[in-house]
Amino acid sequence: MPAYSLTVNGRPRRVTVAADTPLLWVLRDTLALTGTKFGCGAGLCGACTVHLDGAAVRSCSTPITAAAGKRVTTIEGLHPQGEHPVQRAWIEEDVVQCGYCQAGQIMSAAVLLAQTPHPSDADIDAAMAGNICRCGTYQRVRRAIHRAAQMGGPAGGGAP
Amino acid sequence: MTARATLDRRELLRLGAAMAGTGLVVGVARPAPAGAQGASAPFAPDAFIRVGADGVVTVVIGYSEMGQGISTALPMLVAEELEVDPATIRVEQAPADMRYANPLFGLQGTGGSTTVRAMHEPLRRAGATAREMLAAAAAETMGLSRDQLVVRGGIVAHEASGRRMSYGQLAVAAGRRPVPENVALKPPSAWRVLGRPQRRLDAAAKVRGQARFGIDVRLPGLLTAVVARCPVFGGTVAGFDATRARRVPGVRHVIPLPAGVAVVADGYWAARKGRDALTVRWDEGATAALTSAALSTRYAELAQQSGRVAKHQGDADAALRDAPPPRRHEAIFEVPYLAHATMEPMNCTAHVRADAVDVWAPTQFQTSTQQTAAQIAGLPPAAVRVHTTYLGGGFGRRAELDFVDDAVRLSKEVRAPVQVVYTREDDIQHDMYRPATYTVMRAGLGTDGLPTAWWARVVGASIFARFFPQMFNGMDESSVEGLTEHGYGIPNQHVEWVRHESGVPVGFWRSVGNTQNAFIKECFVDELAELAGQDPVAYRRMLLASHARLLGVLNAAAERAGWGSSLPAGRARGVAVHESFGSLVAQVAEVSIEGDAPVVHRVVCAADVGTVVNPLTVEAQMESAIVYGLSAALRGEITIDRGRVVQSNFHDYQPLRMHEMPRVEVHLVRSSHNPGGVGEPGTPPIAPAVCNALFALTGRRIRRLPIRAEDLRRA
Repeated sequence: MPAYSLTVNGRPRRVTVAADTPLLWVLRDTLALTGTKFGCGAGLCGACTVHLDGAAVRSCSTPITAAAGKRVTTIEGLHPQGEHPVQRAWIEEDVVQCGYCQAGQIMSAAVLLAQTPHPSDADIDAAMAGNICRCGTYQRVRRAIHRAAQMGGPAGGGAP
Repeated sequence: MTARATLDRRELLRLGAAMAGTGLVVGVARPAPAGAQGASAPFAPDAFIRVGADGVVTVVIGYSEMGQGISTALPMLVAEELEVDPATIRVEQAPADMRYANPLFGLQGTGGSTTVRAMHEPLRRAGATAREMLAAAAAETMGLSRDQLVVRGGIVAHEASGRRMSYGQLAVAAGRRPVPENVALKPPSAWRVLGRPQRRLDAAAKVRGQARFGIDVRLPGLLTAVVARCPVFGGTVAGFDATRARRVPGVRHVIPLPAGVAVVADGYWAARKGRDALTVRWDEGATAALTSAALSTRYAELAQQSGRVAKHQGDADAALRDAPPPRRHEAIFEVPYLAHATMEPMNCTAHVRADAVDVWAPTQFQTSTQQTAAQIAGLPPAAVRVHTTYLGGGFGRRAELDFVDDAVRLSKEVRAPVQVVYTREDDIQHDMYRPATYTVMRAGLGTDGLPTAWWARVVGASIFARFFPQMFNGMDESSVEGLTEHGYGIPNQHVEWVRHESGVPVGFWRSVGNTQNAFIKECFVDELAELAGQDPVAYRRMLLASHARLLGVLNAAAERAGWGSSLPAGRARGVAVHESFGSLVAQVAEVSIEGDAPVVHRVVCAADVGTVVNPLTVEAQMESAIVYGLSAALRGEITIDRGRVVQSNFHDYQPLRMHEMPRVEVHLVRSSHNPGGVGEPGTPPIAPAVCNALFALTGRRIRRLPIRAEDLRRA
């Protein structure tokens, strides 16, 4: 099997996996970074969202070949202390319920705020429509994104 | 409390102390399950409180956290009486052990919106008992009497002298003290934790990707399994060719199972590719010809037959005959199968050794997980350790054991830890579905427009006959719940159920029978209001005159929603009210139609859930339950073709998304009643509230779900 180099949460990693392996399973099974979740395997639910060179991508549908040589940020690396404004806002708005989709929600929201520091509701609808939450936390996700926007602070998408 | 019970409790305390090392451990005594009361009824603990010599308070919970917030609510109950900040409490998940049985079930499991209802009193009592033992230890050490001391914030203090001792300093001495009997609980007026907003204690772990769900379990040497399951319910493996599957790098084993054929590999991707490379011949069995259309036809035929009587009060048939046609009404309602589609696909991890089994499961049902694993492994239940992880959603699906069965069989076979993972397609196509039902409703109205007769015949499958076959007595109350007990004052009522098993397995789905029956009941009552020429809210008020709590939530929702006030053109409101799981919920939905699709703009929800533990959780669960029910009402449908589920993933089984989220306003109606359920009661009213609002727009009644474009064209 071929080997691939990529940077994950600031750390250079080399993995030997089949060329068609989705980034999701490289993260979860090869690197044991289980914060990024498997939801649908088809880019439909957003639970597996990570940052690839600062852009939000669905890691379940991103083969390792597309991530090789690039910077990947997962929920574990979004902020060194886990206190990215989005994460803080999520706690303050008491967003999570089961929590399974929330890493993906947070990673999508962090990119939205990096690109649009003060998003409108329509911006939020557009950026977050790909992230399903079966617990129905959408109203709180929206509030938390607005709150994080007010906090300002480090941009989400630019994490190493 | 009997002497025997006291002895058991003390034995247990000693056991707990041994487990905990140094410090104070308090077991929670619970009353025996209903029906088992008596002098010899045993007292057994549900949970422990542990106060370590380091001062850390640990609450051990035997229930499953699936988003509903019990890992915050249960520590709050302890914190109130133990006088500590809930945020300082460490929560520990209990093993499978009947000492942690849910007193409302007699089994260890989480469901039916029961956890807080079951534990409200026992956990407060445990907290108070621990507090008094700590205070007594402080009194002895300081040479003072208990009533000279004040307990607050994990400190026992003598205010006059300024002497203070922390729980950590007192824990060991407290653990040696006798367990006080009948400690007094605070009156609700003195509560400082309960009833106050408390943010979730599991939030930090969940926003940092640190919370461990079942699918996140990682062990040395762990293998992953993906299973080819017969696409037809009840089908079996006739033969298979694994040649291509075995060629996939990383594939270690191909193993036949009762459920199908498993590919066991190093990691998910190899297992998935190996599974897809299998060639399996299926014996499709008796369900291979089933279609949804044929089932609907069969249901309609069966609806001509009489069923098992679930409720009979007065003489509904005579009252129907006495109501002349304009005042006699009939309507037929149909609902589809629904999948749960939890965000975390089904999974389970097992490690079977010669003398012991470990099972890591996102399960709602620890007792049966343990029993299932023991049976397969050929070991006593005590040899099976069940580790309950966080659940990425439950909604009733994780009360099932299919994933446990697969994982334990595979680990036993390959002699290594195995994690079975369902693909999303497996998850949607191999569920135990909310039953599809066909229901005939009839009513007769008196000259005053109020119903004199209420008649219902439900056709559908039984959840309980499959889930608890030993306990099934021919009547499945869940099939008719919501139609039999509804609070409406109607003198003559008759409800019956015709059971039909199509071969599609049915299971508990958030709020169970209430999901479909509240839709039927509340839409039908709306039709009766129209027939009587009455406003839907005013009509329900008359029918609920003797049911103060339902009336209370109805009035609160109507008032907050501005019922009767004008709306922009193209918008309308609809209302529904329903009681389930000990709580009462009314909702007013505000809708429009854009193109050929309904749009829900606003939902006003009034809930009376009895005594509130955490208002933030109640609000969150109402929002959650509304979204869950709305997803089903707008688009939720599992259809069957050739015995197979047609839908497969989130492109054709589509939950609500962010841009479709209505503004939801939750209003808690103050109540001093016992706590009611919180996780489920918000789901039943939303579908009928939306359908009734759409009727107000179009003049057309919606009598089947999901809502279809053709049912929205103006009458």
